[in-house]
Amino acid sequence: MAAAPSPADVAAPGSFTTIIGLEVHVQLQTATKLFCGCPTTFGAPPNTQVCPTCLGLPGSLPVMNRHAFDLAVRAALALDCTIAPFTKWDRKNYFYPDLPKGYQISQFDLPFSSDGFLEVVDPKGAFSRRVGIIRVHLEEDAGKSMHDEAAGTADSRIDLNRAGTPLCEIVTQPDLRSPQEARAWLNELKLLLVYLGVSDCNMQEGSLRVDANVNLHIPRPDGSVAKTPIVEIKNMNSFRSVERALAYEAARQWEEWQATGRELGSAPKQTRGWDDPAGVTRGQRHKEESSDYRYFPEPDLVPVRVSADDLARARAAMGVPPAGLRRMLAERWGISAYDADVLVNQGRELVAYFEELAGLVGEGKVASNWMQQDVLRTLNERGGTIDAFPVRPAALADIIGRIAAGDFDTSRGREIFAEVLASGRTVADVVASLGIAAVDDDALDALCRELVAANPKIVADVQGGKEQAAAGLIGQAKKKNPNVNPGKVRAKCLEIIRGL
Amino acid sequence: MSSASPSLSRQDVAKVALLSRLALSERELDHLTGELSKIVGFVSQLADVDTSAVEPLAHPLDAQNVFRDDVVTPSLARESVLRSAPRHDGESFLVPAVLGETGAA
Amino acid sequence: MPPDPLQLSAVELVHAVRSGDLTAVACTEAFLARIERTNGVLNAFLAVDREGALARAAEIDARRRSGKPLGPLAGLPVGVKDALCTADLPTTCASKMLAGYRPPYDAEVVARLRHADAVIVGKTNMDEFAMGGSNENSAFGPVANPWDTSRAPGGSSGGSAACVAADMAPVAIGSDTGGSIRQPAGLCGITGLKPTYGRVSRRGLVAFASSLDQIGPMARSAADCALVLEAIAGHDPGDSTSLRDEVPSYTRALDKPLTGLRIGRVPEHFAAGLDPEVARGVDEAFAVFRQLGATVHDVRLPHAHHGIPTYYLIAPCEASSNLARYDGAHYGHRAEPGKGHRAEPTNGHRADSGKERDGAAAFESPLVEMYCRSRAEGFGPEVKRRIMLGTYALSAGYYDAYYAKALRVRRLIRQDYLDAFQTVDLIGGPVSATAAFPLGEKTGDPLAMYLVDMYTVTANLAGIGGISFPCGFTAGGLPIGFQLQGPALAESLLLNATDRFQSLTDWHRRRPPLAV
Ligand SMILES: [Zn+2]
Repeated sequence: MAAAPSPADVAAPGSFTTIIGLEVHVQLQTATKLFCGCPTTFGAPPNTQVCPTCLGLPGSLPVMNRHAFDLAVRAALALDCTIAPFTKWDRKNYFYPDLPKGYQISQFDLPFSSDGFLEVVDPKGAFSRRVGIIRVHLEEDAGKSMHDEAAGTADSRIDLNRAGTPLCEIVTQPDLRSPQEARAWLNELKLLLVYLGVSDCNMQEGSLRVDANVNLHIPRPDGSVAKTPIVEIKNMNSFRSVERALAYEAARQWEEWQATGRELGSAPKQTRGWDDPAGVTRGQRHKEESSDYRYFPEPDLVPVRVSADDLARARAAMGVPPAGLRRMLAERWGISAYDADVLVNQGRELVAYFEELAGLVGEGKVASNWMQQDVLRTLNERGGTIDAFPVRPAALADIIGRIAAGDFDTSRGREIFAEVLASGRTVADVVASLGIAAVDDDALDALCRELVAANPKIVADVQGGKEQAAAGLIGQAKKKNPNVNPGKVRAKCLEIIRGL
Repeated sequence: MSSASPSLSRQDVAKVALLSRLALSERELDHLTGELSKIVGFVSQLADVDTSAVEPLAHPLDAQNVFRDDVVTPSLARESVLRSAPRHDGESFLVPAVLGETGAA
Repeated sequence: MPPDPLQLSAVELVHAVRSGDLTAVACTEAFLARIERTNGVLNAFLAVDREGALARAAEIDARRRSGKPLGPLAGLPVGVKDALCTADLPTTCASKMLAGYRPPYDAEVVARLRHADAVIVGKTNMDEFAMGGSNENSAFGPVANPWDTSRAPGGSSGGSAACVAADMAPVAIGSDTGGSIRQPAGLCGITGLKPTYGRVSRRGLVAFASSLDQIGPMARSAADCALVLEAIAGHDPGDSTSLRDEVPSYTRALDKPLTGLRIGRVPEHFAAGLDPEVARGVDEAFAVFRQLGATVHDVRLPHAHHGIPTYYLIAPCEASSNLARYDGAHYGHRAEPGKGHRAEPTNGHRADSGKERDGAAAFESPLVEMYCRSRAEGFGPEVKRRIMLGTYALSAGYYDAYYAKALRVRRLIRQDYLDAFQTVDLIGGPVSATAAFPLGEKTGDPLAMYLVDMYTVTANLAGIGGISFPCGFTAGGLPIGFQLQGPALAESLLLNATDRFQSLTDWHRRRPPLAV
């Protein structure tokens, strides 16, 4: 799956290449859990969203949530995975108090999808990476165990509200080559899944979780490559932590390799936890026997067969993914790849706003500039979603259209934009209330003649070939009547001077 | 698997007991080592059946694609959830400290 | 004068209640009184719901008096195996692990019984977690066979079989994973049906081996079984493995003549090991079927003799996982810290350092200690044995040799049946090799106990239905059972054939000479 390394991937002597693979769990955006009708709402009081099935009570049985399966298929399709025509679920057996049945229903040897990829392209051209997806599978989440040492109790508290929430597990090939790439790729993955409505990918609420596998490839003088033991990093709670943890771990492994020379295969895979405040990874205790999960086919569920029709329907329901949307915007509206990236990264709703605006304005570049300089900036300052943004595309297009028509200039247009935003009134209303009425041709003519007569120095300069001197007339014109259009004043004045 | 009866060592049985989360006394361990060896020897007779061209059959049903709609149904009242708990604090189940344990994902 | 409820069949009881000849309360009281008299001897019931049953019966009577419609099991007392969840009664699976446990919901079958206006009189004894063939594995004491109280009733649904045989209830619900309905029915001289896998919802049945478990009716006759099956069978959207096929009327198909019915007879069934008295009884039953117009043909089930080893891999593997939930964390038994096994050195659970505190073995964490000790205290020896066996067979390095191998043989066993049912409509034979055996006879030898299911496990492995009913008695007065097996969803035919058999014979009308 991984392409042959480009020259940039091969480390120079005395340095190393960081090899990174990610394992991502995302909670699917369903109303109910994977195998029961309990809600998946975040933040409910402990143990209030549970039933016999997700509590693992004696006699309870699972029934698969169709929407969860559909969302998982959608995610896998967007990751260019092959969807298996036949898939089944397995029990992964281990004891843990947040796992009430003593097994997790997961997928072992026949995941519903495998062998895909997701590309991440740095809009500034720093890197471009096609990351292979080994598999995507659908499984249930565990509950939460909390230990409050401060309370001085020896007990842990178990909340099973999350138990049974549908999760997609996405496992990548070790194709990433730097912590920055890993972060960028995760951003792209998140964008994709949010675009498709697969997950809200909210890391604070745990709906996206990342573990990373990392080791170093270190070239030796003889041309061979030394590989450091693979370390799995856990407990990273933001993409920024992922980037920091990977950078720390790469440096740590480099130092350790220099000190010990230990290579892959000389020790079992180590798990290290990221301590964010301390900015370090720490070794975690490893239980030898815990890896014997005794997978076997889940006898309480039946397999799923996916037909070609099912897949066609899933594809049709999918919508355009971010990468396709970037290309489409650049092509359709003639904007740069960078601009398309900025717009698409804001989400599907903002793209829809932009497209409506660009359609009304009839000019993509202008619309894109307004989006980035005005709409996005204001949105960032005020917060809220684009759908609730008070200046709707039609109003903004109205402002841009009036500027193009010469009714007023861009800075005046911005004032109007701000006023529409603040007051919620229509553009026409605001224009009228600010007294911005188009100055009629006779008035303009009179004003310009008055200015030309009063400024012999400027007239002389212009007549001497310095047309830029006319700018002085524009400033005076705006003082006398703020509604005049600077371009028109300039044109009229030059015409008068030439006729003198 | 050969048709020769495999026998389990005491150590094998101790390992299985830990995987099964069953505390066994030394006496029980001795006893089970003998019993399980006998039973495993008995079931090992299957090794003599030619299954080279046979796919496993994990389930008697041929059914597939059984789904339910993504519709919320009522959850249990918390008091009935915690009623059977050996220990709880009115909100959560209480279990001996999980610190130091590594749960799997 | 109203009829004596104990003398009526289930069909007659329901009819009497619906017609007003008998009140549901009188009927319930009669059986409760019988339970009170006999349970001390038989230990067939683990819990009796006197108040609940009478209240329910009174409510049914009131509805009848006001002319409201009554369900198809109106006023029928039912004993329910303690493996089925009941919201108003403890559900223990005859395990110390679940002593006093009260589920927050009713099993689907229990809900359907209630909906049909049956009166659940109590929960019947069983082998712990349905693991056993003699009911001696109950944590709450063995059940005695009503025909000879020094003998086992069979298992695991031994309480359900004994309660019907002893007139403590006209019908009972059992579950059958490897023969747990048919074998005790055979040893207690009653009729028990294991339906096709998926015909009856498993939701709320405490799982033993999910791909084998099936709930079914136990009663004195095929007609009574048909009445109950009709009420409990059918698709349940809450059980993914529940069949969608429509439920036919079992009660209306009973009296079809058997002319032309082809019944298979497996010569291997009559090999060494089958008690001669049982063999004779079984052969006489074939003669009765011939008399009814059926023809008997030899058929081969070449892999059937691998049934027991196959079953004793698949069932323990699934059980080891199904019983992982009983760990003392969320419900059920939890070991008290610092008591019990603590003083006793334990194997393999020592932390690496091997350091021991106060002479107690050190577990790697208090949590692991709680798990290991709760499970050690909560489970009985047979349950532990099967959990260990299943865990071993699924563990790394053994999966292919044991579990996967057993699944392949399972396919061969099922194929044998599919082939056989090309030439015959049903297959007949013994239910078990001997009549009821003395309590204690096999408890020291797990393998000998495992063999009691040799004629029954193959139906579970193949997912097909089977029915067991009395076809004679030994010289010592013990019932001999006959088993019919049919293709998937042949419940109608199994019940029809049995009912016709029972129209010519009266073995099923005999009552044990129980002195109480
Ligand atoms: Zn639930």
